[in-house]
Amino acid sequence: MDVAAIIDNLPLYFKGLGITLSLVSGALVCGMVLAIPIGLLASVRNPLIWALPKAYIYLFTGTPLLVQMYIIYYGTGQFEALRESFLWPVLKEAYWCALIAFALNTAAYTAEILRGAIEQTYYGEIEAARSVGMSKATIYRRIILPSAFRRALPAYGNEVIFMLHGSALAGIITIVDLFGAARIVNSRYFVPFESFITAGFFYLCVTFLIVWGFKLWEKRWHAHLRPRDTDAAQKVGKLPVSKPG
Amino acid sequence: MKRLTLAILSAALVLVSGAAIAKEWKIVRIGVEGAYPPFSSVTTSGELVGFDIDITKALCKEMQVKCSMVQQDWDGIIPALLARKYDAIIASMSITEKRKKKVAFSDKYYNTPAKFARKKGSGIEISKEGLKGKTVGVQRATTHDEFITGEFDDTATIKRYGTQDEAYLDAVAGRVDLLLADSVAMDDGFLKTDKGKDWEFVGPDYTDPKYFGIGVGIAIRKQDTDLVEMFNKAIAGIRTKGTYAKINAKYFDFDVYGD
Amino acid sequence: MADLAASLDRILHHLFDNFLDGYFYPFILEGLLLTIELFLLSLALSVVLGMIGAVAKLSKSRIAQANAAVYTTVIRGEPNLVTIFVIFYGGQILVNNIGDKLGLGYIDVSEFIAGTITLGVIFGSYMTETFRGAILAVPRGEIEAGYAYGMTASKVFFRITLPASIRHALPGFGNNSLVLLKDTALLSLIGLQDMLFRAQQAAGATRKPFTFYFTVAVIYLILTALSKLGLRWLNKRYSVGVRRA
Repeated sequence: MDVAAIIDNLPLYFKGLGITLSLVSGALVCGMVLAIPIGLLASVRNPLIWALPKAYIYLFTGTPLLVQMYIIYYGTGQFEALRESFLWPVLKEAYWCALIAFALNTAAYTAEILRGAIEQTYYGEIEAARSVGMSKATIYRRIILPSAFRRALPAYGNEVIFMLHGSALAGIITIVDLFGAARIVNSRYFVPFESFITAGFFYLCVTFLIVWGFKLWEKRWHAHLRPRDTDAAQKVGKLPVSKPG
Repeated sequence: MKRLTLAILSAALVLVSGAAIAKEWKIVRIGVEGAYPPFSSVTTSGELVGFDIDITKALCKEMQVKCSMVQQDWDGIIPALLARKYDAIIASMSITEKRKKKVAFSDKYYNTPAKFARKKGSGIEISKEGLKGKTVGVQRATTHDEFITGEFDDTATIKRYGTQDEAYLDAVAGRVDLLLADSVAMDDGFLKTDKGKDWEFVGPDYTDPKYFGIGVGIAIRKQDTDLVEMFNKAIAGIRTKGTYAKINAKYFDFDVYGD
Repeated sequence: MADLAASLDRILHHLFDNFLDGYFYPFILEGLLLTIELFLLSLALSVVLGMIGAVAKLSKSRIAQANAAVYTTVIRGEPNLVTIFVIFYGGQILVNNIGDKLGLGYIDVSEFIAGTITLGVIFGSYMTETFRGAILAVPRGEIEAGYAYGMTASKVFFRITLPASIRHALPGFGNNSLVLLKDTALLSLIGLQDMLFRAQQAAGATRKPFTFYFTVAVIYLILTALSKLGLRWLNKRYSVGVRRA
């Protein structure tokens, strides 16, 4: 074990951690902004409306994130027209490419979670809202979305952890995130085991923090469920079970 | 399909006969890279070609051993040698003091200087001032990475790639202002190709042994001193017999061995 | 047989000559074959490990429970990419140490075998959670009925609990296997010559990254679609006799 190489490079790891966290939080925010309309439209019972959002979800959940990132980073460089367009200052930076890839990817998964949650809305709630004369928009805003968000929370917690883990791919396209830092340490000192275990430990800590955060969040949002539904209470605060394919 | 089955079968065979290999060197497994033209690359049918590959074949013939080539990405090429995934690395690896702490080296089998390249018309000059705010692309964990990190880390932004090919892709895409690489590899692998026609060499040849070592050698595990001897003899052998010159002429119109 | 293969080879060559600058057949398709083999073998391994893990988690032995808990927590808590790098490099060193101690000398673990084991171990941890939940979902009455008939504990498990849990395990199993399929792409980063690795080399050689990565994305979409069809068929088979609400 070469502990000295790791200790000497701890600042590099912490810097990497900062990049990882900024990438993940950026992607989650942009992803959510995209996911809400996409998930909503995908849940509407009209093929003309759901076709496009569902195709988007299928495309991004059906291919590896690594391939999506390669297409956005290396793929866009193939076209001269794109290289001379106004988009290039953004696409030129590896950081923005990774952020775009992550945001588009997590948007698809989040939209799928939302769609499922919206479609599970208990019909009685909608009927009740109609009977007091709410408009369609109000029903969405006051009834469907709030309860869907609540139902989607555990699955979304999973997605956040998967996004954190997926962000390790940024290290592949020259970004020095947590994983990128591990790669640099490995290649300088030839200590693959130590360098990657260290990165793994950092990721593990962040994962536990996220799990803990969602536990608190769910406690708040699911307070009304606590005494009755012991199953849901048990689910709280666990690592992800599986990602929706 | 057939090749695939064969590969799996031979892997199983190695597993069974693993014990026999270590002693007499009847079979030597060579780690190569495959993304570093003209020294090492793959054809459309998946065959390895290039200067390193031809040298490997010539050396194995000279040593009268059977060689199998294992493709490995650059980042993991020394760890995989230490993990005994193969017995020697023939992948344009410079003989440096730092690497010598982990592995042994044969004598050099070629030596070419490193050089910067810039986009034509960019007017970038190679100096601390000239590199200020510029992005330089290098392959990670190479002598070029060491050099640029050691000399220009404070002024330039360094982008590190897993393979040299990826650095070229980003140069074409305009994501880096400069490339630093082996002059021969960059000339044949990039500047002389269609995609690299907008790029040109700039600045001096770099050969500082502190960073670039004393030429390119074959890396071998430290305990396999007998194998180092075998390779040294074989390098001398193909030099005197003219096999080296033939391979040299196939790829370059100058002497890559250096002085 | 050889004749057939040869003529098939000729036909394919004829069809695909010069498609993607000649890199498509057999270069990328050979990689595709490896991707599929890798997927199926590691899926099988993950199911075996998942069974063992689930049984360990539900067993009364504290040691078995603790081991299974560490296994699933660590592996699901860090990025799969990090686990892949750790197992790939660390695993060979471990095998070397064992080989030396036993006097067997060097035992080669090929990239293919290492990759299969790595993915199997990673997804075994996800399968553990899925199977655990599925076993718990089997109605208590069915198990009690088994005991009432005088079955031994192992008989109850293999004749009643296990078959009855398959239906509950299928949705989670499906998700896990779709994620596994996409994760095979990560092994290209440790030099396994799968479809994506081949595409990367072709992209470097031809300087046409978009063309090749896009092709790979399309192939992955097709693989995902086929897997979903297979999963739907399985689901139908195992839901026979269940009334749909």
